[in-house]
This record gives sequence, C-alpha cells and structure tokens, in this order.
Amino acid sequence: MERPIRVLVAKPGLDGHDRGAKVIARALRDAGMEVIYTGLQQTPQMIVEAALQEDVDCIGLSILSGAHMTLLPKITTMLRENDGADILVVAGGIISDEDALTLRNEHGIAGIFGPGSSTHAIIDFIREHVQRSSVEG
Amino acid sequence: MELVAKARAGNRRALARLITLVEAGDAQAQTALAALYPYTGHAHIVGVTGAPGTGKSTLVTQLALHWRSLGRTVAVLAVDPTSPFSGGAILGDRIRMQSLGGDSGCYIRSMASRGSLGGLSRATGDAVKVLDAAGFDIVIVETVGAGQAEVEIAREAHSVVVVEVPGMGDDIQAIKAGILEIADVFVVNKADREGVERTVRQLQMMLHLGSGEHRDGWEPPIVQTVSNTGKNIAEAAAAVERHFEHLKNNNLLELRERERIEREWKMIMRESLLRQLLQRLEPQQYEQLLNQMAERQLDPYAAAKQAIETVLELS
Ligand code: B12
Ligand SMILES: Nc1nc2c(ncn2[C@@H]2O[C@H](COP(=O)(O)OP(=O)(O)O)[C@@H](O)[C@H]2O)c(=O)[nH]1
Ligand SMILES: [Mg+2]
Repeated sequence: MERPIRVLVAKPGLDGHDRGAKVIARALRDAGMEVIYTGLQQTPQMIVEAALQEDVDCIGLSILSGAHMTLLPKITTMLRENDGADILVVAGGIISDEDALTLRNEHGIAGIFGPGSSTHAIIDFIREHVQRSSVEG
Repeated sequence: MELVAKARAGNRRALARLITLVEAGDAQAQTALAALYPYTGHAHIVGVTGAPGTGKSTLVTQLALHWRSLGRTVAVLAVDPTSPFSGGAILGDRIRMQSLGGDSGCYIRSMASRGSLGGLSRATGDAVKVLDAAGFDIVIVETVGAGQAEVEIAREAHSVVVVEVPGMGDDIQAIKAGILEIADVFVVNKADREGVERTVRQLQMMLHLGSGEHRDGWEPPIVQTVSNTGKNIAEAAAAVERHFEHLKNNNLLELRERERIEREWKMIMRESLLRQLLQRLEPQQYEQLLNQMAERQLDPYAAAKQAIETVLELS
C-alpha cells in the first residue's frame, strides 16, 4: 500500500482569513492526504520547524494579508538552509499575477492558486509534483 | 543504519524520516527497527487519552513545558483518526502546541490512525521506539479515547492519564468507553467550569465501587487542572511521576515491559504467519474454500483447518 501524502497547511503572518486554508485542508483530506493544520499566526520559523518534524511532502501556505512577498521567500530560504529543499511548497490567497510570477521563478513556490481555484486542480498539482520531488527521499 | 546514528546525534530531519519509515511498516522499517532496538527502553512513556475536546492537547503542552523546565527532553506523538471514507486525515493537535516550538529539546509528531486496530498500535508502538531510541526522557502519546484502538495504544504506555471534564452528562465518559480500567492518573480538566466537584465525586465513587483492590496496588489519584492557564499542572505531572516511581520501586516496570513485549511478539508472529499462509495457499484453493463457506457447505473453522493443513503438508 502506498503511504498517504503528508501536507502541512499553515497561515503565515498576522492574517485572520482562515476560510481558504480550511477549505483546502478539508479538500486534501478528502483526497486521501494527511493534513497537519497548524492554524493562524505562524512565523516562518514555526512553519519550517513543523514541516521538518512532521516530515511532510508538501507545505501549503494560505495568505490574504498582502505580506506574501516578505513571508513566503523567508520560508523557502529557511527550508533550503535546513536541508528541506525537497519539500514542495504551494500557496494560495490574494496574490497578484505579477507577484506570483516572481514567487514561482525566484523563490521556489511551485504553484500559486488564487480565489476561485478549483480544489481538484490543487489536488492534482500536489499529487503530480510531490511524486517528482520525493523520488530520492 | 545511518539514519539511526544521525537521529541519535540529534538530527531532527533524520528522526522525522525514521518515523515515516517505521510508520509505513515495510521491509526498510524492519531494518530501521533492528538498528534502533538496542537503544530503546529508557524513556518514560506517558499515554494521555480522553474524549475529543476535553483539553488533551492543551494538557500535553503544559506537561511538556513543565518537564522541559526541569531539564527533561520531551517528545509528543499526537494520534488522530483517519477518515474511513477517504483514508485522509486532518491532524490539528499542533494548533494547541505552539508554545513548544523553537525548542530543540522537544519534538512533536502528528500521526493518523490509518488502517486497522492492530496496525495502529503497531505503528504508534514503533514510532515510540524511534523516539525512545533518539534519547527523549519522556514520550507522551495523545490519543482520542473513543474506542478499542485507543485503549490498545494506551496499554503500550507506562503511565496512562485519562482526561475527564465537568458537565459531560450524567455518566463519566470513561465508563462508556471502557477506559476507566486503564487509568493510572485521572485528570479532571476544565476545573474552572461548573460541576467539577460532582465529576470528582463520581470518579471517586467509581474507583471505590470496585473490589477495593487496585491494579498493581496503586490507587489512581484524581487531579483537577485548568490546562489553558496552567493551574495544577505541576500536581498532574507529579502524579504521573509518582506512578512511574511506584512501578519502578515494586518491580512492576519490568513486569509490564515483559508483558508488553510478549504481546507485541505474538502479534508480529500472528501477522507474519497469516501472511505466509496466504502466500502459500493456491489461489484456486483459496477461492474454492471461500465459495464453499459462502454456499454454507463448509464452516469457517473447518475451512481454516483445511487451509492450514494443506500448507503445512506442502512445506
Ligand atoms: C471573508 C473575508 C473576511 C472575513 C474573514 C473570515 C475568516 N475567518 O476567514 C473577515 C470579515 C474577518 C475579514 C477581515 C478582514 N479583511 Co477580509 N476578506 C474576506 C473576503 C471577502 C473573502 C475571503 C474568503 O474567505 N474567501 C473564501 C475562500 C474559500 O477563498 P480564498 O481564501 O481566496 O481561498 C481560495 C484560493 O485563494 C485558494 N487558496 C487559499 N489558501 C490556499 C492555500 C493553499 C495551500 C492553496 C493551494 C490554495 C489556497 O484556494 C481557495 C479555494 O479556491 C476577501 C475578498 C475576496 N473576494 O477574496 C476579503 C479580503 C481578503 N479582506 C481584506 C481585508 C483588507 C480585510 C481586513 C484587513 C479588513 C479591515 N480593514 O478590517 C480584515 C483583516 C482581518 C485579519 N485579522 O486578518 C482584503 C485583503 C487585501 C489585500 N490582501 O491586499 C480583501 C482581499 C478584500 C479587498 N478586496 O480589499 N475578511
Ligand atoms: N475552560 C477551559 N478550557 C480549556 C481547558 N483546557 C483546554 N481548554 C480548551 O478546550 C478546547 C479543546 O482543547 P484541546 O486541547 O484541543 O482538546 P483535545 O481535543 O482533547 O486535544 C480548546 O479551546 C482549549 O483552549 C481548561 O482547563 N479550561
Ligand atoms: Mg488534541
């Protein structure tokens, strides 16, 4: 039997919008994944530490506060510094196309999903990319 | 195995990988467990169980903080149920455990119950071995006390804390779930709420209703806590430690360990024998026996006997 994909769903920064994160957590669970939900107000340190302790295959970040250009790169940088570069990182929330492009190309956020994204697309994306990144793991 | 050496040297990534490995329970897991096993047997394993929402995660966090303040290292294994529909799970215990972050002497791991009863206690038992071998002084296992599987896990612990709260109806939850018998310490959490006295009285009555003889000559103490403010946490921790001392001073620890190991050994043999038996049984015969039972021509005992005898003759 194949082991379930493990995903950490977290909300970085001082952002109280948690509907999206909860929708995503439930959708991933219903797709057979094990979702570790850490709740609101997570610092990059807390997120990276939890991801490493939980040995997750993927980190899902939900951010609607506008602070994504400072917080998300901090998280991927810390992951790289801590031997966690193989963990897939995806994000969602209110992120402009322009910022999304920069985050994808320069900061290692593999997929970005804005309002109205279908959960199916998100699930497929994670399944596809997690498999690729955990080949040597 | 390199991962084991790394995990024992304090590498958290290696430790986390090892738990993933043993949880999967495959051939690689057995290699890992063989390498780990000699280092196990030092941690105090504390089970914390109770109904959902009673404050287990909050209590576990406070206990961990307390023990950390005394310089002891603590690992937490938080087990939540897997959805029977999708096989997925939402593991939310970490939400309450934020204050344990950023401390290298503390490690938290969430675990989904995944499949079956026996499988669950195997996976958690093996994860506990990893944490024990990694050198943690105390390993706390949080489970939702809702059924047999959770009772099984609790039985793997040296000291079992059963968490109750005031005002959950007339009957104490533990009686319903049958977890009264496994408690070494009762915590009545949310003691800031109305009805604490009543819950405590009920528990006391329950304890004295029995034969008067307590298991292992230990009468489970009842501690009232308010976990979200930290009230009486030191008392709860002290009760757990006193229980462990009691086990050690009366040679009960060794006895419990032997019993646990024996159970585990038998379970592994049972699983392994069944696997081998099924591997050796011809698919046609398997189908034939199944059909005969379905058509009520053969009863399951006779079919089992036939299957076992066929395989034993072949080998
Ligand atoms: C509901 C809402 C609130 C509710 C939040 C309730 C809650 N508990 O979540 C309340 C009323 C509390 C609120 C408050 C505020 N809000 Co508001 N809020 C909204 C609103 C209308 C909808 C958000 C929502 O819940 N959508 C439904 C969910 C399901 O969608 P979603 O989160 O976008 O998630 C989808 C995708 O983004 C993606 N996704 C999301 N997370 C993740 C994670 C992963 C891993 C993946 C893969 C995908 C993914 O998938 C989801 C499904 O498609 C938006 C406007 C909008 N249309 O988005 C404003 C909005 C987000 N809020 C805004 C603001 C400014 C505020 C306040 C600061 C207002 C104020 N001045 O008080 C406060 C701040 C509160 C706080 N503490 O942070 C702004 C943010 C502006 C910005 N970032 O530049 C917005 C965009 C409104 C606007 N146009 O100005 N808000
Ligand atoms: N009033 C009160 N609330 C508490 C106490 N301990 C925990 N809680 C709250 O009870 C809720 C459930 O706690 P949690 O630890 O997640 O419970 P669990 O499901 O048993 O792990 C949370 O909102 C806690 O803040 C307590 O002693 N008193
Ligand atoms: Mg809990």
